[in-house]
Amino acid sequence: MVSTLSNEDLLAMHCEMIKARTASDRLWSLQRQGRIGTIAPIDGQEATTVGAAQALDPLTDWVLPQYREPLALGRYGPEVLNRFVAWAIGHPDGGHIPEPIRVFPPQISLATQILHAVGLAWAMKLRNERGVVLVFFGDGSSSEGDFYEAGNLAGVLKVPVIFVCANNQWAISTPTTKQTAAASFAAKADAFGIPGVTVDGMDPVAMHEVVQAARDRALDGRGATLIEAVSYRLGAHTTADDPTRYIPAAELEEARQRDPIVMFGRQLEDRGLWNSELEHDAHASAEQAIDAAWAFATNLPLRQSDLFDHVFAQPTQRQRLERASLEAHLGSTS
Amino acid sequence: MTDAFSREIQAPLGNATDQAAAPIAPISASPVTEDMTIVAAINATLAAEMQRDERVMVLGEDVAISGGVFRATDGLLDKFGSDRVVDMPLAEAAILGASVGLAAGGMIPVPEIQFLGFSYQAMHQLAGQIARFRYRSQGRLPMPITIRAPFGGGVRTPELHSDSLEGQLTNIPGLKIVAPASAADAKGLLSEAIRDPDPVVFLEPLRGYRGVKGPVPDGDYRVPFGSARWVMSGSDVTIIAWSYQVEVARRAARSLAKQDISVGVLDLRSLVPLDIDAVVEAVELTGRVLIAEEAAPTAAFGAELIATITEHAFYSLEAPPARVSGFSTPYPVGMLEDSYVPDQKRIEAGVLRLLELEP
Repeated sequence: MVSTLSNEDLLAMHCEMIKARTASDRLWSLQRQGRIGTIAPIDGQEATTVGAAQALDPLTDWVLPQYREPLALGRYGPEVLNRFVAWAIGHPDGGHIPEPIRVFPPQISLATQILHAVGLAWAMKLRNERGVVLVFFGDGSSSEGDFYEAGNLAGVLKVPVIFVCANNQWAISTPTTKQTAAASFAAKADAFGIPGVTVDGMDPVAMHEVVQAARDRALDGRGATLIEAVSYRLGAHTTADDPTRYIPAAELEEARQRDPIVMFGRQLEDRGLWNSELEHDAHASAEQAIDAAWAFATNLPLRQSDLFDHVFAQPTQRQRLERASLEAHLGSTS
Repeated sequence: MTDAFSREIQAPLGNATDQAAAPIAPISASPVTEDMTIVAAINATLAAEMQRDERVMVLGEDVAISGGVFRATDGLLDKFGSDRVVDMPLAEAAILGASVGLAAGGMIPVPEIQFLGFSYQAMHQLAGQIARFRYRSQGRLPMPITIRAPFGGGVRTPELHSDSLEGQLTNIPGLKIVAPASAADAKGLLSEAIRDPDPVVFLEPLRGYRGVKGPVPDGDYRVPFGSARWVMSGSDVTIIAWSYQVEVARRAARSLAKQDISVGVLDLRSLVPLDIDAVVEAVELTGRVLIAEEAAPTAAFGAELIATITEHAFYSLEAPPARVSGFSTPYPVGMLEDSYVPDQKRIEAGVLRLLELEP
């Protein structure tokens, strides 16, 4: 482990990975109880997100997630998980990550956020703001046109953006071999005229290292980097998915041997930084974090007519008429 | 049509002259005007808005060094430099998708889609992203973006250069859809769009770029959205139109006036927000309404207008509302397009049918 990370950083990353897994498990269980909607677990990708975020400065750097990463963005504060749980229960405020937290809401439309990241990094460059934009997307997203348009544009504009392709081997049921014939996802960087790096996305220290290098490069005015973080999706795609239909059991079992939380815990133990007491505390603190997020989300006020809020800064005449009509209807039926 | 501005520009009712055709500046604007084409008004307004606010930037295909394929952005590169007037890689989704990030980062992007039909290649960024970011983020990430795009037929372009997509666009909640018909409105509505805190699709009349000329007020001049404009007043039939069809309708109305048929023309200016009061007033004035639009009619904006009329003004109708529109086909090739795009004769025939007269 050659890196600039302090012991404190290493422990913080491990605790955040445990928190992410714990929160993910809890949401899974809540979905199975019928208390929340569809949710995408993070199992196997904790290190990709946590290691990358560790290399960022939350005061200056933006993160644009797809839809798993907010579980593991504790570096940007507990509010990210609070809002993510609100999002998972279907509350409108779940998409509102308040100022000054530099995190976008979850993105459902695959790869669209890669272009948003390029535009945001471009704005920072135009406004001489020091900072970078890091955007997460998956191996499947790399087949979308927006990925290529964004990579191409970032190369042309030389903007401070970091593309993290979380290659978890599966786009729901589609394996990477059906996604691309390229030697790797990182190899696609060649076409954009930017560097492409492949890294073990199940090792938070390795992730930190490559993201830190990409960040230094971006801050130095040398533009974008494409990072392929190779991991394995240890769980289902979402609560609506049954991976036993397509993932060979032996392959999954092999991948489980590389579980990032188990592996990193062992490394920390070997260095005398981790023990069962810390493990116990980390789990207790993770349970507290998801309890707090659940309490936050389930206590948010809500009126049904809130559905009209924030379409425009000022509602149109038609929206006002519709709102009055819905309120009258709800009033008469309640 | 309830505010003072709307009343100010309203012509006396019951005569069929087009004395009200010239746009009249709102009370606050300078009375000094200059005759301009629509494309010149757009060009001057972009320059003025960029001068006013350094966050405003123009991006698109061929907008910088060539000044735009219609020269709408001509001269901006020299005035404002290559950071703010940007020739983009040829990718519509990148132009609109990058605009999302630019807006989130504090800029006011004015992306150009070279022809509206090309926006199909960016519809996921327009409908799925730009239109919903304020809503998705509950106000944290508003999208002050003005998407300019020329549209409309009759100029012998290749496929997908002429399509009218108002129906598709107005069906996307979160977008304002604006379509000026005069040079003054091109200025007033474009200024309003760029200063609006929400995304506006600014539809420019391709045939009107140089085909429509008129007085444009000097200085700061804005036209509020949702304030339709009476182009002419009339007592027999009202034509509701927007963009270049306003010009076609005006010609039809002037021609019909010679047969003592009094036709009013209402220019909607913006489709979202819609001036519902003006549409109701249009029905109440004559009871006979003709909608002129270029799009294929199924689920087009004209259908929405007739639904609005049915809901809000049904008992003022003297005849079923009628439409003159394109047809339920793809926009045709050049040798067929004159039969597709509503022209003066089809509009005149539509008016006569509403009056149960023989065309």
